[in-house]
Amino acid sequence: MTALGKLFRTTTFKLTLVYLTVFALFAAFLLGYFALNTRRLITEQITDTVNAEITGLSEQYRQGGIRRLVIVVDERARRPGSSLYLVTTFSGEALAGNVTALQPGTLDTPGWAESSYRRLDEAEDKDHPDHHALVRVFQLPGGFRMLVGRDLDERERLYHIVLDAGRWSVAIVIILGLAGGLFVTRRVLRRVDAMTETSRSIMAGDLGERLPVAGTGDELDRLAINLNLMLERIEALMHGLKEVSDNIAHDLKTPLTRLRNRTEQALRTASSEAEFRAALEGTIEESDGLIRTFNALLMIARAESGQARDDMVDFDAAEIANDVGELYEPLADQKGIVLTVDAGTPAPIKGNRELVSQALANLVDNAIKYAEPADRAAGVAPGEILVKAVNEGDRVLLIVADNGPGIPEADRARVLERFVRLEQSRSQPGSGLGLSLAAAVARLHGGELTLADNGPGLKGIIALPRGGPVQIAG
Amino acid sequence: MRLLIIEDDRDAADYLVKAFREVGHVAEAAHDGEDGLARALDTPYDVLVVDRMLPKLDGLTVIGTLRAKGIETPALILSALGQVDDRVKGLRAGGDDYLPKPYSFSELLARIEVLARRRGARQEETELRVGNLHLDRLSHMVRRGEEEITLQPREFRLLEYLMQHAGQVVTRTMLLENVWDYHFDPQTNVIDVHISRLRSKIDKGFSQPLLHTIRGTGYMIRDGAR
Repeated sequence: MTALGKLFRTTTFKLTLVYLTVFALFAAFLLGYFALNTRRLITEQITDTVNAEITGLSEQYRQGGIRRLVIVVDERARRPGSSLYLVTTFSGEALAGNVTALQPGTLDTPGWAESSYRRLDEAEDKDHPDHHALVRVFQLPGGFRMLVGRDLDERERLYHIVLDAGRWSVAIVIILGLAGGLFVTRRVLRRVDAMTETSRSIMAGDLGERLPVAGTGDELDRLAINLNLMLERIEALMHGLKEVSDNIAHDLKTPLTRLRNRTEQALRTASSEAEFRAALEGTIEESDGLIRTFNALLMIARAESGQARDDMVDFDAAEIANDVGELYEPLADQKGIVLTVDAGTPAPIKGNRELVSQALANLVDNAIKYAEPADRAAGVAPGEILVKAVNEGDRVLLIVADNGPGIPEADRARVLERFVRLEQSRSQPGSGLGLSLAAAVARLHGGELTLADNGPGLKGIIALPRGGPVQIAG
Repeated sequence: MRLLIIEDDRDAADYLVKAFREVGHVAEAAHDGEDGLARALDTPYDVLVVDRMLPKLDGLTVIGTLRAKGIETPALILSALGQVDDRVKGLRAGGDDYLPKPYSFSELLARIEVLARRRGARQEETELRVGNLHLDRLSHMVRRGEEEITLQPREFRLLEYLMQHAGQVVTRTMLLENVWDYHFDPQTNVIDVHISRLRSKIDKGFSQPLLHTIRGTGYMIRDGAR
């Protein structure tokens, strides 16, 4: 496709053509109408003038006879820019006036007529042989005939001027319109081409590219900005996916290797039934751990893909805080940790009850794992965990605060990623997916999980918009 | 107990048939949905174990067809999908329980035994009794012998569920699902702690313990004299 062909094919250019046609037709109609009306108006004026003169001259004739009429006509005919006059006898002999060379027969019929003529005071001119005039022939009593008329050239000239102006303006409208259309089209086309170019290179695999934004805030910019947001999301998802596969490779391979080694070793060295049994039990335990990790990964993937949005219902987040608190309280108590729930006021919210419960459970589970148990001998006060549900503006906050060792600020963002477990916690059981699942659930609901300092300890906050996830407005 | 296993994976089906026979049940396998449906219509089984994805006729359709024909044989759905909405779909289609793959046999067995006996009158009884432990579902009173025991609401529901299935193994997951209505894995075994609390309330100071731990599977409440 040639560059010009591409230009002509664009929507912008086609639109320009349509508008241009409409405008040109309109301009032509307007000017044509104007020209015709001007002509009619001038004709009317001429008629009026001629009628007035005839009335005046008839009056003169009535008062002073043919002699008076001849004198007056002679006198008037000599004035510059005068009308056309001719007074003749019944046989057509001119008595007074300033015209000659009328079309034959003009004088024979009284009334209005258009005729060519020549003024007496101008020489015969080969180039402009004829003028045109609108004349009225009037029969005077006594057989005299009187002709009064006005030159029509002026009217025709004006008419042609207006027509010419019309033609020119239509031509200019078309030329400027086409030029403007091409200019706008090329500008739009350039930007669309730039976008196409970028999207091609994105399709080719460079997900880091972004569509150009001109900064004018027009519709193309808005489109580009929204597409860029979409790209960002896709990039994040792709990045997440890559990370998951890397991490799955790493974190599932480790226990799988352990599983395999253990089985192999049992085959090689175990001699008694008890030994085999122990090895098999270890194998089952290890595979249960694997299944758990796998389930958590699936759950995260599902939360992140947004599928669970279909299951959103209205429920009370305070009830969830109470339920989860109640579920974990004995476990905390057993470890010498005081777990309190502060969720007296209902906190209605729209979301996936099961997932929000699990997210909160994961935070509480984490807090219990890392909170310092009471150690009276060493003078350590009992660990404390506070589970809270708070209404804050149009959000509901589910807060789990502990006074454990906390997480260094530099590591807080990192621990929300999948499988990240800080060195200090490697000895603790767990898949390292608890916090990332909580974060994924918060994101699914259009909210967020933040980890803050509880001075001392950690404060995990799941902030959820009350009305559930809101679609991003365009 | 007579079981029908509708599962297209022959290895898995054979394993289940064998395992059920080992614990004294009669189990048969069907390998596709049509065969399974025909057999379930033909023979009065006690429980059906139905895989969700089956050749010819999928598991949910098999159950739906049976229910439409008025056959109320309890059915447990096995599924590789294992998501909350999938579970809900299974139960809506007429399934009585749902177990995501991979499952442990002891979990499956416990659930099947509960299903087989579910149609007993235990659900409607207002008073449950195991040995000298009494639970009044109307007044929420619990007594062991002459001694009255005070329980928290959740402990009451935990005990109620265990007593409803007295003599049967209930797994941790079953407790989490039926007492707490959670279908996720709470990582740490929180249920164990709840059980030990309950145990200290109902068994402490009595020579005959009623609440037993079944190793590797779950818990059972039963009269020790049995």
